[in-house]
Amino acid sequence: MARQLDTRQRAALYQILLVAAICLVGWYFIRNAVDNLLARRIASGFNFLFREAGFEIGESTLISFSAADSYLKALTVGLLNTFRVAFLAVVFSTFIGVAVGLARLSPNWLLAKLASGYVELLRNIPLVVQLFFWYAVITESLPAPAQALHPLPGFFLSNRGLAIPTIVTLLPLEVEYPSLSGFNFSGGVVLSPEFAALLLGLTLYTAAFIGEIVRAGILAVDRGQYEAAQSQGLSQAQLMRLIILPQALRVVVPPVTSQYLNCTKNSSLAVAIGYPDLVSIANTTINQTGQAIEGIAVIMLVYLTISLAISAAMNVYNQRIALRGART
Amino acid sequence: MTIATTTLARAVLLFVLPLASAQAGPTADGALKKGFIQCGVNTGLAGFAQPDSNGEWRGIDVDLCRAVAAALFGDAKKNRFTPLTAQQRFTALQSGEVDILSRNTTWTFARDAGLGLNFVGVNFYDGQGFMVTKKRNVKSAKQLNGAAICVQPGTTTELNMADYFRANKMKFKPVVIEKLEEVLNAYFTGRCDVFTTDVSGLVAVRAARATNPTDHVILPEVISKEPFGPVVRHGDDHWHDLVRWTLFAMIEAEELGLTSKNIDQQAQNTNPVVQRFVGATGDFGKMLSVDNRWAYNIVKQVGNYGESFERHLTPLGLDRGINKLWNKGGIMYAPPLR
Repeated sequence: MARQLDTRQRAALYQILLVAAICLVGWYFIRNAVDNLLARRIASGFNFLFREAGFEIGESTLISFSAADSYLKALTVGLLNTFRVAFLAVVFSTFIGVAVGLARLSPNWLLAKLASGYVELLRNIPLVVQLFFWYAVITESLPAPAQALHPLPGFFLSNRGLAIPTIVTLLPLEVEYPSLSGFNFSGGVVLSPEFAALLLGLTLYTAAFIGEIVRAGILAVDRGQYEAAQSQGLSQAQLMRLIILPQALRVVVPPVTSQYLNCTKNSSLAVAIGYPDLVSIANTTINQTGQAIEGIAVIMLVYLTISLAISAAMNVYNQRIALRGART
Repeated sequence: MTIATTTLARAVLLFVLPLASAQAGPTADGALKKGFIQCGVNTGLAGFAQPDSNGEWRGIDVDLCRAVAAALFGDAKKNRFTPLTAQQRFTALQSGEVDILSRNTTWTFARDAGLGLNFVGVNFYDGQGFMVTKKRNVKSAKQLNGAAICVQPGTTTELNMADYFRANKMKFKPVVIEKLEEVLNAYFTGRCDVFTTDVSGLVAVRAARATNPTDHVILPEVISKEPFGPVVRHGDDHWHDLVRWTLFAMIEAEELGLTSKNIDQQAQNTNPVVQRFVGATGDFGKMLSVDNRWAYNIVKQVGNYGESFERHLTPLGLDRGINKLWNKGGIMYAPPLR
């Protein structure tokens, strides 16, 4: 007498078994890690986050940091630095990517070939090599602070970065100008060569990929749309802006979401050229406290949250531009 | 032999062999089984651990690992080297990827007590210093306010530097790059004003990588104590003893005047201290579960502490300083081998 389960019950049973198996494996790993940590008397837990960091950070966005602050604050500084470079890289690479994609489809032979060359070159060289290249170019071609370039009043360009005057108060207008004192410029805001190299490298690299995606999106639009637009008397610019690009967008948005996520995660290569992003600071924290598992967990959690947030936002946008009535 | 006899012989061997190595701990057993010791070293620091033009690792940290192999296997060549950055080194040892960490690692409280590791001794007493280009005309570290300083992450260097500048009410901008090659590039191209690490590292870097070594000056201030020593994991007392007494044997050999060149004729010496050292009398090898000639093998195949220092660090311009023997004006001291 065999007990017959119908399809739905069987499916439910398999799913329950799978979840149970995953939980069992997860429990085993956690148990193993905890036992080993205890056996070797390695500290665990997140209390280290509130201890004094003891190290300085080269640059920080919005908040100030000193060696007397906690590890938690150091990680926050790293996070804000990551946001700064990832956000700007994503925005700039989108603009440049669209331009490159359009250029590659241009009837102008030279423009199309240049764009193709750009894409092929940048897609095939590993990103970390490109970052080293830009960092070397920036630090070696710019002069020392004592011989800094002075393009505009208050702006100084040297191998320590671009020093920019900042507005201290708006009314009355009070501006803080950077000035050379001793070793470096003090006052004003300094855009470091590490930040510049990372931003440049990330932007150009991601733009190459986005360019190809944009090209694919434009090619995916039906030939009939071009003919219909021309028969309506629309100019080339109007054709692109009003007809082709909005339809191309539907094809373009999902892969470009992936590229945004890649760009954000690639910003963790900052540790190779000295930009203090989240991974760089978390690595230092792990090394000083010895708590590798907690540190890596923090890094993973942060990147997971950022990635899910970007995906969610892009999916909402995707829904809005989808064809009504077409497959959801 | 009949089947029964061979089975009996095998059973007896199975009982006897484990007993013979029962005193040895898991790390030594693992190494014996593998046939070599996995040694964690620097990725490339002249004088301490650096591959030469033939790919052979050379340096005083490398010599210590070779000495442990000489003690355990009787063959100093039974080593494999894992280059580790400052950030990877402790995790590599904690996880079992390497058996010893011999990587110019500073012995600190937090590392000894908080990481599940043990420092077995000091093979080099050092301190942290600063290197600037001579053009800057800087005579003292107290003039470094506002400087951009190149440093590697995850080191006591980063922390000491922050403490020193805080204590002296000065500010600085750290440029923190992980790979030694890249951080040196940043210093030599002028991205930073100052490079900071242990004085031995500064001397090695200046000698090996500066296009013109006289263009760079090492400032007189030594801002910290940096005792370097080999590190092993908690929980294996035998391995701890073996590595510790390997280091002590090298120091003791220099004190007794035994070198790799004269150890063979010195082995005939009737001095009871020398006799004990080379294993002609006593059972010291057995206490460490190694051959009785363990100390002789170390000196014959690797050399004593002074030879190792002179071979690797003296050519870089490093003076022995406090790394001389205790009875010659320094603080290198080994407990008696008896």
